[in-house]
Amino acid sequence: MSHCELITGNEAAAYAVKLVKPHVIAAYPITPQTSLSEKISLYIESGEIKAEYVTVESEHSAMTVLISASTMGARTFTATSANGLLYMHEQLHWAAGSRLPIVMCCVNRGVGAPWSIFNDQQDSFSQRDAGWIQMYCRNNQEIIDTVIQAYRIAEEVYIPVMVCYDGFILSHTMMPVEIPEESLVQEFLPPYTPHTEISPESPKTVNPVFFPWRRENHEGVLCDGYMEKRYKLQDALLHSADIIRRTNRDFAAMFGRDWGGMTWEYRTDDADIFIVGMGSLAMEATVAADELRRGGIRAGVLGIRVFRPFPCREVADALRGARAIIVFEKCVSYGQTGGFSTDLKAALYGTGITAPLHNYVAGLGGRDVKARELTEAVEGSLTAIDGGDGEHKTVWLNCFTG
Amino acid sequence: MHDNIFKINDKEFLLPGNRSCQGCGLSLAYRFILKALRENTIVAIPPSCLCVLHGLYPTASVIIPAINCTFAGNAASASGIVAALKALDKPDITVLALSGDGGTYDIGIQSLSGAAERNTDFIFACYDNEAYMNTGTQRSGATPMGAITTTTPLLTKREKKKDFIKIMEAHDLPYLATVSPSYPMDLYEKFVKAKRIKGTRYMHIDTPCPPGWGYAAKDTIKIGKLAIETGISILFEIEKGKLRLTGRSETIAKKGKKLPVVHYVERQTRFKKMSMEQLSQLQSSVDDRWNEYVGRAEL
Repeated sequence: MSHCELITGNEAAAYAVKLVKPHVIAAYPITPQTSLSEKISLYIESGEIKAEYVTVESEHSAMTVLISASTMGARTFTATSANGLLYMHEQLHWAAGSRLPIVMCCVNRGVGAPWSIFNDQQDSFSQRDAGWIQMYCRNNQEIIDTVIQAYRIAEEVYIPVMVCYDGFILSHTMMPVEIPEESLVQEFLPPYTPHTEISPESPKTVNPVFFPWRRENHEGVLCDGYMEKRYKLQDALLHSADIIRRTNRDFAAMFGRDWGGMTWEYRTDDADIFIVGMGSLAMEATVAADELRRGGIRAGVLGIRVFRPFPCREVADALRGARAIIVFEKCVSYGQTGGFSTDLKAALYGTGITAPLHNYVAGLGGRDVKARELTEAVEGSLTAIDGGDGEHKTVWLNCFTG
Repeated sequence: MHDNIFKINDKEFLLPGNRSCQGCGLSLAYRFILKALRENTIVAIPPSCLCVLHGLYPTASVIIPAINCTFAGNAASASGIVAALKALDKPDITVLALSGDGGTYDIGIQSLSGAAERNTDFIFACYDNEAYMNTGTQRSGATPMGAITTTTPLLTKREKKKDFIKIMEAHDLPYLATVSPSYPMDLYEKFVKAKRIKGTRYMHIDTPCPPGWGYAAKDTIKIGKLAIETGISILFEIEKGKLRLTGRSETIAKKGKKLPVVHYVERQTRFKKMSMEQLSQLQSSVDDRWNEYVGRAEL
């Protein structure tokens, strides 16, 4: 039977790992991921998780261990944050290029320099183009459910999945979480079958040097060049959106919780003012939407659950009737605007949606963002937009820029 | 001891026509390593001469399963194979990580030290050709003082070769050995032995490189032998803390006399700018090291 426990986000992730029964885990501690790797160590030493836990000397090695283990046919898990994720960067590309269904939690934290141990989403955002699926959670229940879903998605499409959740705000905050029943998880998640068999009976060299062009093998069969291999990754990533939607539906049918697939919406049925965000910041925006509605503004929230592949279809459908789009985000594409809004604007191009888009960079390095501040920001934007200022603009919320 | 080369496993795992250079010391060493380790082996390959030797997709020159990994991660990659084999209950497969000196001394040292500290059950072999040869002979931590490389083109390398074998010995490994492709039976014997031992085993291969060192491809065996004859490289093994000289090094220590290093140096164009002072420094550090190892060995 499923049961409910009061646990932190990191404990929810550890619980999910226990339920999906990985074969190989490798992790290197970093704040705020640490209590997750500690909890897993406890499960391993107490025998509750029967896996090989490689206590590596770095995040780079953590991902390297998983790449080999996953290639060999093992289900794998790791978790990291901030500079640990950046240190893995080379291996993130390698994992995706190798089409390995590795699942990793990214406990979102600001990146150095200067040092911050506190939350924003610059870490995972800066890994946007590594070829991973990126999913963002809004509460601890979604963390446990998304980690379970992530394995099924990853192992179906052979693409690694990063499950992102906000450091401290979720990782260290307790919430009641329903723990899915183990037998149901086993039913939901079939065993992992690697795409390539590696054994002495079938000797092959995996991921050798590829030429720019296609080449014939010894039987005269024309084989992929580097570009074909890379195209296949892009194609699979784009098509994974369907698998993500279906997995979410199947999960909802089995466990009774629907997280929305690619995106989720709050009070959008009659909304003309759309607040857009990812993770816990988008949850905060739901409080702001309520407050705005009390003031007569028909506000709703479009929450981004999956950032890669980008939910082009969902955002275009949701924002069709928007009079104004207000994006709050914890990442920056330095030299451009807020990181998410650059992608959002690109996705809206050609859809006919021309609503003004205001973008607020908020909460970097753990700066607290209150619903009241979001409300005021939306009101300020609407005053400007109603006054004829339809320009896209970026504001650093609650930040001294003088 | 395999005193006769005909007693060596006659199966070939490294096929002819591979992409190594003419006279490649690695190619020769790898051939005998695979003969010693046999079918039940998986190799982790960093980007290096070995990666090129294995072939360009979709052809491969080696009939042993191999997984390419990134440069810094050879030992971690092997750790992942080891962990998966254990978790998936596939025992009796030997895992070999084979890096050049760059992937061992320099960019690979972190993951190697970590894997060795965890006593990961694998063989890490370093084919030390004393520079970044795959990218065209740039200096490495293993390049000897006085050698010309493309990143020490005029002044030669001014620092001494890192004593990496000592670094690995400090990890207190169950087995550590040095080998040379010029002495294939000694090499074969040591890899056969290493295969039987559990835990992290470190094998150091003194690997002559014709284009990088500047000698004719036909002289690889000769250059490799001169390294041993002059004491620049010493053949030994350390098992459970006990050091034993082997093969030609043991013979030289017992009754022979080692040659002056100039015999080795003068045959390689990489040393053509070596100063007399650098030469005498090399001789004296080789002598000191030789005396230390002979002193430690139980002859």
